[in-house]
Amino acid sequence: MFKNLMSWIEYRLPFTDKMNLHVMQYPAPKNFNFWYFFGSLAMLVLVNQIVTGIWLTMNYEPSAEGAFASIEYIMRDVEYGWLLRYMHSTGASAFFVVVYLHMLRGMMYGSYQKPRELLWIFGMLIFLVLMAEAFMGYMLPWGQMSFWGAQVIISIFGVIPFIGDDLTLWIRGDYVISGATLNRFFALHVIALPLVLVILVFLHIMALHEVGSNNPDGIEIKRDNDGTVEQTDADKKFTFHQYFTRGGKKIIVDAIPFHPYYTVKDLVGVAGFLLVFAFVIFFVPEGGGFFLEPPNFEIANPMKTPDHIAPVWYFTPFYAILRAIPDPLLGAIAMFAAIIALALLPWIDRGKVRSVRYRCELHRWNLVMFCISFVVLGVLGVLPATPTYALLSQIFSFTYFAFFGLLWLYSKNEKTKPLPVRLT
Amino acid sequence: MSNAPVDHGRRRFLTIATSVVGGVGAIGAAVPFIASWNPSERAKQAGAAVSADISKLEDGQLIRVEWRGRPVWIVKRTEEMLAQLADTENRLRDPGSEEPQQPGYAQNRHRSIKPEIFVAVGICTHLGCSPTYLPSDFAAQVEGIRSGFFCPCHGSRFDMAGRVFQNVPAPSNLVIPPYMFIDDNTVLIGEDEGAV
Repeated sequence: MFKNLMSWIEYRLPFTDKMNLHVMQYPAPKNFNFWYFFGSLAMLVLVNQIVTGIWLTMNYEPSAEGAFASIEYIMRDVEYGWLLRYMHSTGASAFFVVVYLHMLRGMMYGSYQKPRELLWIFGMLIFLVLMAEAFMGYMLPWGQMSFWGAQVIISIFGVIPFIGDDLTLWIRGDYVISGATLNRFFALHVIALPLVLVILVFLHIMALHEVGSNNPDGIEIKRDNDGTVEQTDADKKFTFHQYFTRGGKKIIVDAIPFHPYYTVKDLVGVAGFLLVFAFVIFFVPEGGGFFLEPPNFEIANPMKTPDHIAPVWYFTPFYAILRAIPDPLLGAIAMFAAIIALALLPWIDRGKVRSVRYRCELHRWNLVMFCISFVVLGVLGVLPATPTYALLSQIFSFTYFAFFGLLWLYSKNEKTKPLPVRLT
Repeated sequence: MSNAPVDHGRRRFLTIATSVVGGVGAIGAAVPFIASWNPSERAKQAGAAVSADISKLEDGQLIRVEWRGRPVWIVKRTEEMLAQLADTENRLRDPGSEEPQQPGYAQNRHRSIKPEIFVAVGICTHLGCSPTYLPSDFAAQVEGIRSGFFCPCHGSRFDMAGRVFQNVPAPSNLVIPPYMFIDDNTVLIGEDEGAV
């Protein structure tokens, strides 16, 4: 009876075949290290954001008059409202933690290189949408930092010549940030952008499964079936979906099926992540003023600017670049260029060897310099703009961009180490 | 079904014609979605001009009036403040108010209609914070100048006519809104009946 039902469905929707293709018989390199946790963790956090977000909308009131009070209502009167809200607000920061580490992994092991350029582009689009999503979400509590943070970010569009003023008026829907702005951001935050995000994540994974995961060695697990590489007994133990062997033209070496090997391994990552996540939610939900900033516990007041406006921590590296340049238009261009440069990595990096393990020493130090620049800019972005900090921001903005320039220069004729034949 | 040969010319014409008409339809359909983001009639009403009574304004005092949700300052400048406007000029980015940050009637040294009454939008031209009025402590920011405006967000400085100092993030002078005097004691902000 059940079997009949299954085959009835299978005939109309090849569920088993697709599960095999993407999960049970999907070949993944056997040498993933902990850096490979962050992709699945990002999906976990996305699910957390969607579920807690839906529950928050049940009590949140998207209006300039009611928003702030409804957050207090959720925090004080709704059963477990505080938990749902802290899961959501901490989840936002956790999202950026895992996404930044996920991106760093891609940079270390050259996961953006051919043939994974489109995969990387989808990832960068996810990052952009995520930033928009986080920005709009931060406005919803309608606290002082919600208001003034939005004021700063929206006025960035105002620096565009000719259309700037009209554009900001159109975005706000009022002469100032008001309830009209709040309501449209709410609509985008809970409906439009999550839909886009889910679609992009789907495309990201489909693109990933077409070309396959990269790995810490940066060499392929699907090789031409021409006798140069032989399958070992261990390789022959597993059955992979025939799609991946391209009708016998390819052989798969040093791979293990995604399920059960990496589903189980990812569960370990999930457990470790949840330990930290739960600790933050229960003991430091405001993240020391970095996840939820102190001025945001005061209702938005257009007549009173907080003494110091700093965006939430995950925007600060880019914010520091914006501030580093005195001209607002050039500053905004530099800030967007900092993101575009990342998206163009597959073309800036002209190297053929992917992993930092086998690339030149200079590349290793260049990557270190990039990470330091990013972190220092992140710190500078929360500090007030004094002349010293402004100078430091300029220096580290320069080193941030220097990473890309240097990479482009040395990757053409790079002195690399010999690649191993098989995964190590 | 007829077996007439394919007429490629007609097929191309029909494809292009359908695409064009469909494209026009798509653009037309997008109009309400984009236009609905413009300020509503209610928002436009709320953005109308506001009047302020300045009869009780004392020397050196600043009052804030809300116009279009933005703080508009009205300051009654003292003789000393007006005298200092000449001292700041070599340290300003735009001492002559060449940038169109004010109506024509405010393009002068004191950037106002009446020299003593200063009206300006109290929003920093850098990234939209509201600067702090320092009537007597401004010397800590700019040597030798007793009063001015200091933006706490990114450290921009303005003199008593809202003119920006050099080497600060703000690119231009504070905005002077359109305004007019209804009588000696009443300022109408947001409306100047087309005066230039």
